[in-house]
Amino acid sequence: MTHPPDTSMTDATRWMLAVRDRRDRTAFARLYDHFAPRLKGMAMRGGLNAALAEDVVQDVMLTVWHKAAQFDPGVAPVSAWVYRIARNRQIDMARKRARPLPEELIEEASEPDTQQIYAMEQEVGFLQGALAKLAPEQRQMIEKAYMGELSHSEIQAETGLALGTIKSRIRLGLERLRHELKELR
Amino acid sequence: MAEIEHHLTEPLLATYAAANLPQAYALVVAAHVSLCAECRARLTAHESAGGAVLEALPGAAPSAGLRDRVMAALDAPTPRETPTPRRSGIFPAPVMAALKGQPPRWKTLGGGVRQQILHADGEGSVRLLYIPPGVAVPDHGHGGLELTLVLQGAFRDETGAFGTGDVEIAGPELEHTPVADLGLPCICLAATDAPLRFHALIPRLLQPLFRI
Ligand SMILES: [Zn+2]
Repeated sequence: MTHPPDTSMTDATRWMLAVRDRRDRTAFARLYDHFAPRLKGMAMRGGLNAALAEDVVQDVMLTVWHKAAQFDPGVAPVSAWVYRIARNRQIDMARKRARPLPEELIEEASEPDTQQIYAMEQEVGFLQGALAKLAPEQRQMIEKAYMGELSHSEIQAETGLALGTIKSRIRLGLERLRHELKELR
Repeated sequence: MAEIEHHLTEPLLATYAAANLPQAYALVVAAHVSLCAECRARLTAHESAGGAVLEALPGAAPSAGLRDRVMAALDAPTPRETPTPRRSGIFPAPVMAALKGQPPRWKTLGGGVRQQILHADGEGSVRLLYIPPGVAVPDHGHGGLELTLVLQGAFRDETGAFGTGDVEIAGPELEHTPVADLGLPCICLAATDAPLRFHALIPRLLQPLFRI
């Protein structure tokens, strides 16, 4: 398998594919350097002390290493995949029981379709841009929602503008995602 | 399976993605997503939004030794995982996990209605319900949100018809009497914030429940 450097992918995606396809430790170390501070910040924001937060970081990063085969850059960006692992792990630790998870889709490991990855990355770029452009209080609302600091009824009551903005961005990616997932079923 | 018509809402998917939905509701969301490509895609979109928030988060510097510990642990054997139950018949994997891999052990409620409680805590309860064709779901007053996912058969109430894979989202304001369609028994996964027991089961069941 050849891997020409592909400038259309983010660094994180290239590192993650190197980990997935070649068990590349240098790439993994880069992923660690990128995500560990963010993961620790998220865990501490969720109320864990520094030591427990680092347990979460270690656990999440090792899951990234061991479950790399499940990463599909055409379906979700690295950050979404890491986010999902981290939320699960943090909640399992806090509640001392496993959170119900959807069935995994059984997929054939396939060569990454660069065009599709590029489209996904573009989508994520839009999403990050939309987040950055939100008014501070709206942005805080979104942050709180995805950091697990708002209940369902609070999110429902506050959907107003902010979640709407995110949603309109999210929706752009849905048609393709839907298509992808239908193919997999 | 017919096309799924009743889906999860964005606030439900966002709260589930953030892992902040009470266990009872989270099970219904995980089960519906297992059956519904559309909601799976929408959940992935919310996780992408969560990922974007994570990317923008001010970090906290990990202590010096952590990186070495993590790198050293890569060589440790893969942690052995307890195998997660697979989908079995009409029950998607997360429901089988809640059943601990066993078929349901139904408890009779009267009138042919059966249930098995899968989980109950201070925030709510989630149960499997077995409703014979043409029979009404027992009165089950819920103070807040109620989620009902159809796993087999169908039911209808004042708000519409719900077939296999559909999820009904009922707020506290909804006074409804779901009645199972004729044909297959209706098997549902239902989560409420209500206490364990149904109320007024006997009086309701004494009434004629289904009129053609
Ligand atoms: Zn759906």
